[in-house]
Amino acid sequence: MTAKLLEVEDLRVAFDTRRGTVEALRGISFAVPAGGVLGIVGESGSGKSVASLAVMGLLDRAGSVTGGRIRFDGQDITHAGGAELRRLRGAALSMIFQNPRAALNPIRGIGRQIADVLRAHRPLTRAQARDKAVALLEAVRIRDAARRADAFPHELSGGMCQRVMIAMAMACEPRLIIADEPTTGLDVTTQKAVMDLLAGLTRERGMAMVLITHDLGLAAQYCDEVTVMEQGRVVESAPPGRLFGAPREAYTRRLVAACPTPSSTIAGLTPDAPPLPAAPVPATLPPGTPLLLEVQGLKKRFPDGTLAVDDVSFTMRPGESLGLVGESGSGKSTISRMVTRLIDASEGEIIFEGESIGAIPARDFHRAPQRSQVQIVFQDAGESLNPRFSAFDSIADPLRRLAGLRDSASLRRAVEDAADGVGLPRALLDRYPHQLSGGQRARVGIARAISVQPRLLVLDEPTAALDVSVQAVVLQLLEKLRREKGLAYLFVSHDLNVVRMLCDRLIVLRQGRIVEEGDSARVFRSPAAEYTAQLIAAIPHFRPEVVEA
Amino acid sequence: MSAALGRPSLLRHAGWVLRGNLVTAFALGGTALLVLVALLAPWLAAYDPIATNVANAMRPPSAAHWFGTDQLGRDILSRLLYGARLDLAIAAAAVSLSFVLGAMIGAFCGYHGGRLDRAVGRFVDVLMAFPLFVLAMAMVAALGNQVQNIVYATAVINLPFYIRFARTEVAVRRQAGWVEAARASGNGGARIVLGFLLPNILPNVAVQISLNLGWAILNAAGLSFLGLGVTAPTPEWGIMVAEGARFISAGHWWLVAFPGLALMLAVLCFNLLGDGLRDILDPRMRT
Repeated sequence: MTAKLLEVEDLRVAFDTRRGTVEALRGISFAVPAGGVLGIVGESGSGKSVASLAVMGLLDRAGSVTGGRIRFDGQDITHAGGAELRRLRGAALSMIFQNPRAALNPIRGIGRQIADVLRAHRPLTRAQARDKAVALLEAVRIRDAARRADAFPHELSGGMCQRVMIAMAMACEPRLIIADEPTTGLDVTTQKAVMDLLAGLTRERGMAMVLITHDLGLAAQYCDEVTVMEQGRVVESAPPGRLFGAPREAYTRRLVAACPTPSSTIAGLTPDAPPLPAAPVPATLPPGTPLLLEVQGLKKRFPDGTLAVDDVSFTMRPGESLGLVGESGSGKSTISRMVTRLIDASEGEIIFEGESIGAIPARDFHRAPQRSQVQIVFQDAGESLNPRFSAFDSIADPLRRLAGLRDSASLRRAVEDAADGVGLPRALLDRYPHQLSGGQRARVGIARAISVQPRLLVLDEPTAALDVSVQAVVLQLLEKLRREKGLAYLFVSHDLNVVRMLCDRLIVLRQGRIVEEGDSARVFRSPAAEYTAQLIAAIPHFRPEVVEA
Repeated sequence: MSAALGRPSLLRHAGWVLRGNLVTAFALGGTALLVLVALLAPWLAAYDPIATNVANAMRPPSAAHWFGTDQLGRDILSRLLYGARLDLAIAAAAVSLSFVLGAMIGAFCGYHGGRLDRAVGRFVDVLMAFPLFVLAMAMVAALGNQVQNIVYATAVINLPFYIRFARTEVAVRRQAGWVEAARASGNGGARIVLGFLLPNILPNVAVQISLNLGWAILNAAGLSFLGLGVTAPTPEWGIMVAEGARFISAGHWWLVAFPGLALMLAVLCFNLLGDGLRDILDPRMRT
């Protein structure tokens, strides 16, 4: 056994809450050798972030270590005091957080913030610290670092902010870096650049890293060893090839299956779920059937002058599912909001079943007869539910407004039908959004949208905020609804794998323009545009050949 | 809102908030006491609050007159009890008026934005540029010394705070996913403001309401103290302080001290109540 840099043994952490003590970690053990990279993967609530906070001594006041040991470089730091931890933090141990913009001080230049870290641990003059900070910014490949050092966080993109955080974490040459979801919220291409940089720099400088992530592909690609956590326990720990190729535990198997890969199918994501209904007979619509949706020359210019959507045209047939794929700033959400008539287009036409719905101002569209025909499921299900409405009220709202249901008996029946349709237990209808899990909220959001029997459902990243296993179930549900009801989907997503599974056809967007359009399988197999190829290459995944082994 | 408040867990939740927060419990108790006293004044008061008895004037606190008697021999405790009625009524009426008007105007401005919003915003700026108490004095002087005019004056000087507050609270929520969802569900602008946004900002406005009740009481008492409010024989805390002040140098402290304490207690309770109220009203604090 070589010397372990970080050793966690049977660690237990409990939080005092209103409902008594909650055990967040129930005896976990892991170890990181010097220079090694350990991945900790798990879904929300698995305790993976609590583990990292405990190691850093950053648990909030309600949380406390109730058992076990944390040893860093042979030294027991389980109950280290404030002064001792402060000396360790930054200098020997440092951390990279999830939301870089929130972790940076918004009113201090980035160069100064890095210099602050340096001067906290080393006797450097102001000028020396600044030079070192610029060198660090160069090391994280920020171009024109000397000038950028004076920039404020809001002047930088999300990816750049995360590079600054990496520079800051590395400033004092720590021996271990804990990266807690370092690329969540970044685009795939940015994620790849940031992760390649982080992995390269740590390897170069012989630093060890703990990578905490919900993304199995990411862990597989960058770690030597992966630990899977569930509900405060370690499920399984192994090198990624073995773990993802031949998972031993049932939980790991389910988790691996739920991760979309280039070859997965919707049915394959949830092997234990009941089979999907048969796909509807494809495209036997008689010639002359009007198009469901026709978008022509759509443009959106925001008041600040940016052209978010630039001349986008596409069509959809009834019952078709079309994917809109792009990174942030591609205009995909703006398009979905214009099609749903929540915002007005600057130019262009939106024709729904032969009627120009784009001509009706968005603020009057709630009275239009097509309102019930075009519905939307939002990205963040939690944020899209009125905090003061129970699940019942949320689903009943469109039924009252658009279907004109007034008497409570028929309203209740319609709401329960919608809840049944999305697999939401009726007992949960009285709950408020904060009392529901992420998956349950997503179901409420979908039930609300389909309760009024729309013909076109716009799905704006409906699974982006969900854990993979929940995402798998929601995708399964969406596919089932599509097959049962013949709904047409306009599916907006940044995740090519998910779009490929759910959509017949897809459109790739970049900076408000269509880059590529075509059959999903074809685009994935042989992308015509350079940008599409980059997007596909940037998706982290475990190699299929390893899975075969 | 009624659905959220009507749930059986509200009482239990309130109990939980109060147990963890003794200051709020004290404030809630004090407020309840004030309201009860105001409602039951005719039954609690041992004497007629305006009947004079010069033979019995300026008596210090005793078993018969717990808080003593004033220069005309009226029982101070009885006058305080009746005074609570008037002061609380003025404060409650003024605050309700400014809350209803202010929250609606502010919420519509915050949701729709645009030219109307800017116009209202400038009007509020102008209103707030006046010394507000002087504005209230001018209004009462112009409209006449009547209770309803004190209510209007107090409501007007509180209005800008509600407009601004509701406007900001709504403006940060108008882009929220659940507001867009409400539009997709077929709700028009008015319904979104009244049915979705206002109930959501209510817990935060409750803090403002509570603080304002305190100010409104001080304001009404202040106007009366200056002779601009309720007139002489009526029992009102501000008048009692004003009249008693003349005799304090002669050592008759009880004429001023008790109405002063009553004012202080009322304002203190309302100010402390605010934070606790927000915790009780917010459904997200309930689990």
